[in-house]
Amino acid sequence: MLSIKNLHVSIEGKDILKGINLDVKPGEVHAIMGPNGAGKSTLASVLAGRDLYNVTEGEVLFQGKDLLDMEPEDRAKEGIFLGFQYPIEIPGVSTVNFMKTAVNEHRKYKGLDPLSASDFLKLMREKKSLVEIDSKLTNRSVNEGFSGGEKKKNEIFQMAMLEPKLAVLDETDSGLDIDALRVVANGVNKLKTRDNATIVITHYQRLLDYIVPDVVHVLYDGRIVKTAGKELALELEEKGYDWIKEENGK
Amino acid sequence: MADINTINKDFADLFNQGNELLLEGSSDVMNETRKNAFQDFSKLGIPTRANENYKYTNLIPAFDHPYNVNLRYQNVDVDLNEIFQCDVPELDTNMVLLTNGWYYGNNKELTELPKGVIVCGVQEAAEKYPEIFNAHYGKYAKTDEDGVVALNTALAKDGFFIYVPKGVVIEKPIQVVNLLRSDRDLMATQRNLIVVEENAQAKIIVCDHTLTHHKYLTNSVTEVNVARNAIFDLYTLQNQHLNSVILNSTFIRQESNSNVLSNTISLYGGTIRNNHHVILDEEHCENNTFGMYLMDRDQHVDNFTSIDHAKPNCLSNEHFKGVMDDQASGAFAGRIFVRRDAQQTQAYQSNNNLLLSNDAVINTKPQLVIDADDVKCSHGATVGQMDEDALFYLRARGIDEKEARQMLMFAFAHEIIEKIRVEPLKERIDELVDKRLRGEISKCNTCAIACNH
Repeated sequence: MLSIKNLHVSIEGKDILKGINLDVKPGEVHAIMGPNGAGKSTLASVLAGRDLYNVTEGEVLFQGKDLLDMEPEDRAKEGIFLGFQYPIEIPGVSTVNFMKTAVNEHRKYKGLDPLSASDFLKLMREKKSLVEIDSKLTNRSVNEGFSGGEKKKNEIFQMAMLEPKLAVLDETDSGLDIDALRVVANGVNKLKTRDNATIVITHYQRLLDYIVPDVVHVLYDGRIVKTAGKELALELEEKGYDWIKEENGK
Repeated sequence: MADINTINKDFADLFNQGNELLLEGSSDVMNETRKNAFQDFSKLGIPTRANENYKYTNLIPAFDHPYNVNLRYQNVDVDLNEIFQCDVPELDTNMVLLTNGWYYGNNKELTELPKGVIVCGVQEAAEKYPEIFNAHYGKYAKTDEDGVVALNTALAKDGFFIYVPKGVVIEKPIQVVNLLRSDRDLMATQRNLIVVEENAQAKIIVCDHTLTHHKYLTNSVTEVNVARNAIFDLYTLQNQHLNSVILNSTFIRQESNSNVLSNTISLYGGTIRNNHHVILDEEHCENNTFGMYLMDRDQHVDNFTSIDHAKPNCLSNEHFKGVMDDQASGAFAGRIFVRRDAQQTQAYQSNNNLLLSNDAVINTKPQLVIDADDVKCSHGATVGQMDEDALFYLRARGIDEKEARQMLMFAFAHEIIEKIRVEPLKERIDELVDKRLRGEISKCNTCAIACNH
């Protein structure tokens, strides 16, 4: 599904990613862990198409297509979803209007007619209950005045609405209390199918108690330095990142 | 290019040579006011950029043009009621027409107005209702401070007059459409008077509609007195062509416990200057002054506002927002006076601007003069570009860049539109602003309300 080969990325001349290789297959959950500044969020942003970054080398194929050549909106319509670490507040744009526009753009891309107002509201109701999001939140402007937890829940709600093939969740667990964490994790688990895949980016092992990964990668200094099963997350929890740093000569 | 002295001298000549026509058909009170206003104009002249209040708007090119001036009502060779029909769905209004600033002689009778409400021309009002007219005419518009207002008063012949008697609630808004139609370039002077008595309620929508493509300069002054406990809304829609100059001065006086909302929406026009003056002349008034401007190409807009808290315990909210593209330029000045004894005043003001190009310019200047010590006042001004993070967020959900920009601009403008207290008008303006931001209204030949592209 996703194939990243030797990806090098810099920002303002500074190298952030220094040769990432990663393969994700349908049905898999990958966790990417690593200390602060390792390049985890950069990787997520580059996959979603943020233009602040410079790809200097390497390629990213998504379902056989060159992802790096696509505009962010086209990546989304191809099935990539970025769950933002810091979801943006957009005063004056209602969540309903935002989601309706997005869902219909996705439908247009697939050659489908736009949803009628009543079908759309029905879809919203379904997805809201699936991810246990409060009705009141969707009546307001996008993320405006939301708490940290509400913002993250809203990300999962949007993911449920758009049904991506590959979700990249960037530090979705940061700033979440245990209840919100459980809601977010349940949402992700319910949305999981044999055909889609998830990349969970996180600092801590805690989220992985709820979303169980098939593969865990450690990203350090712009490279994936270790890849193993879910037990690696527990080892990192126990020992921290220092031994990784030592192994890699820093 | 003519210098300012030549322009001022031309107006003096017009006043002197046209004096007979100016006096003809106007009441003694109008003509007495006219005489004094001309003396003021002789001292002030057309304001130049040396005048601090006109620092950002150069009126010389606007006035330096051989306009035709009508000092007498010109018969219209077609039925304007036929030519112009307002097509806003569900916007059911009491509509009257003006032609080049004069009250149209063939207006249909407004049959649905409550008893005692008067809607007519200013000349007619001066003649038929002198006790109301003379009590208010020329009392609020200050001719000794602004040459543009003095010039209007010196040349004023007609405009609309609206009177809402004590306790009367007009459910349907009154809509006044000024039709500019000429076979020559034209300077139109329009003078309006609105009197809302105690406990009365009225909503008035004023719009422009250019029917021909000549160069127009409209100098209009509207005086409004809102008596105790009255509720009054004034919506002004400016949508002329690029070859027009709109000078629009409004003077509102409020009495105790009155509530006024004004919303001035500038969609299109070559040069627009709005002077908006409010005096809260008794206690417990509420005033809401809102405005929005969407400018592109070489358009220019200047909103000059002043809210005078003359008495204690009043509340004012002022909010102007603008979207500027291409080489458009604009200015906002927000003056708030809190006089010495106006304790417990609450006065809030903000001005937010979105600049879409590197060449667009906005000058924004809040100015608070506070002479009381127990007040709550705030002001804020922002000038910024499109929020790139918000743009990316929308795109990351599959919304293309153009649509995402549109959504963000619309959201920005909508904050002002949602303050409109006439639901169908709000929806219509939403639609117009959406179109305007998509670039689908350009060189609009129809009025904002009737636009049926």
